[in-house]
Amino acid sequence: MPAPRVVRIANGQGFWGDSVDAPVRLVEGGPLDFLTLDYLAEVTMSILQKLRRRDPSQGYATDFVDLIRRILPQLRAKNIRVLANAGGVNPAGCRQALLQVAREAGAKGLKIGTVTGDDIFDRLDALIEAGAPLKNMDDGRPLSEIRDRVLSANVYISSFPAAEAFRQGAQIVVTGRSTDPGLVVSPLLATYGWGQDAWDLLAAGTVAGHIIECGAQCTGGNFSRWWEVDGWDHLGYPIVEVAADGTFVVTKHEGTGGLVTVDTVAEQLLYEMGDPKRYVTPDCVADFTSIRLRQDGKDRVAVHGIQGSPATDSYKVSISYLEGYKAVGELTVSGPDAVAKAGVSAQALWGRLKRAGFDFRETLTELVGLDATHGSIPPPTHVNEVVLRVGVKDPDRAKVDRFGKELAPLVTSGPPGVTGFAGGRPKATEMLGYWPALIPKHLVNPVVEVEEV
Amino acid sequence: MKKVPLYAMAHARSGDKGDASNVGVIAYDDRAFAILQMQLTAESVKDHFGDLVAGEVERYEMPNLKALNFILHDSLGGGGSASLKTDAQGKTHGMAMLRLLIEVPDDYAPPEKMVAPDGELPCAW
Repeated sequence: MPAPRVVRIANGQGFWGDSVDAPVRLVEGGPLDFLTLDYLAEVTMSILQKLRRRDPSQGYATDFVDLIRRILPQLRAKNIRVLANAGGVNPAGCRQALLQVAREAGAKGLKIGTVTGDDIFDRLDALIEAGAPLKNMDDGRPLSEIRDRVLSANVYISSFPAAEAFRQGAQIVVTGRSTDPGLVVSPLLATYGWGQDAWDLLAAGTVAGHIIECGAQCTGGNFSRWWEVDGWDHLGYPIVEVAADGTFVVTKHEGTGGLVTVDTVAEQLLYEMGDPKRYVTPDCVADFTSIRLRQDGKDRVAVHGIQGSPATDSYKVSISYLEGYKAVGELTVSGPDAVAKAGVSAQALWGRLKRAGFDFRETLTELVGLDATHGSIPPPTHVNEVVLRVGVKDPDRAKVDRFGKELAPLVTSGPPGVTGFAGGRPKATEMLGYWPALIPKHLVNPVVEVEEV
Repeated sequence: MKKVPLYAMAHARSGDKGDASNVGVIAYDDRAFAILQMQLTAESVKDHFGDLVAGEVERYEMPNLKALNFILHDSLGGGGSASLKTDAQGKTHGMAMLRLLIEVPDDYAPPEKMVAPDGELPCAW
């Protein structure tokens, strides 16, 4: 009897800035049907929007184009298909860059697909008029409060358009703001043809996607019992082997570092979790309390039992806006009495700014080495040195820059043994606010385009 | 009764959603899960984190994974790009959670994998 058919889907990039070699090692390291890559965080879209305003051909994840240049021959030879949300705010521009790379590589016949329609930045006013108030999901404030400061607005679209691009023969599909777990759902839809109301299957695909969307975070990365992890220098990136009935195994290629156990997978299931009974995506609502995990051999975890329920009638919108300016600076304070001296330094800094007539919307004083991450949870009793980390937020850029000028003087006009001021004065940078909202699904129309080299 | 760090009974993972972090706590066995269901409440977690959490703490149960999920509202100084904090994304909140002390019966022993050959817990908490 032949082995049951599964589709092997890997994640080689958990965020823009993740390992540049991990996807290459996945393509080289063993069998794969799909390689998925996640490049977009909420903040990324506004940065890309700014780049596109400066140069209309930009606004996508350029790292992805460099990656395809590296791995295209192997993708072609092994017939591995690729799905990435690398399109950012300009999927068409990304497609053009990829077509250029493919032509240079002589990849005649290669088809590259894009999904657009998620970017509603230019349609905001029309959409508000059409009856989508885009109120803040968390506190109900109207968008008018920040309308003139909006920097980007993108809809988390469903997994079906990207699946359609694969069905039209694309080997590489680039989306804008699709969901992270959707990167796994789309290949499954393209392979198995699951229906729009196959809620349990859509939920299973969503859970598979959630487990691998952050790259090595399910294969030993960030694992609580870190001392059990071997091979940090060649950590394996995750693969799911999904059957047509939605059951799947989480694994990684043989010979790679890290580990895949019920514990590493369970931890990742809880990552960025809200109400576990209602994990809402554009495709379905997945119930994470229905998930069953079982160790199925070394570095293999079987996942089954997943239940889903019908999708909601709205999409989530991710809007970013200019909230003001911020700056952060650091000084290192040596012992003896590092903590006390850092405290005196901080008091001096804030006192001097106050005397000069400056106050700020928000300030921060942290002692890295003492309380920066765990606050008042009992810290070590003795520290040899601390980093004094101070910052401000304010709508007034000039005030924030003025704060940056107050750090260096502390080296000569504060307590003894203060150093580490090498990076220059901290400068004000834009602080981006995040505005989550909902939009009725019928107001959004994803567009699938496939182009051949 | 004696006190052991949560670290000896469970493992954890944290992440962010806007200005809230979430901490998932996964018990190593049924006995530990039963103890945590009783003691690891929204109130005890809020208490443990002190000033780190300005808002409320929400709690969800996931018996299928022997897990509890906590949402720590207003814990990231604005969150993402809008935060000044070193840990703007709550990446370290899971480890902070595991430093919480849990009261256990005197005969309670941590799972074998949590005890080093010298009989001590593998990390200094």
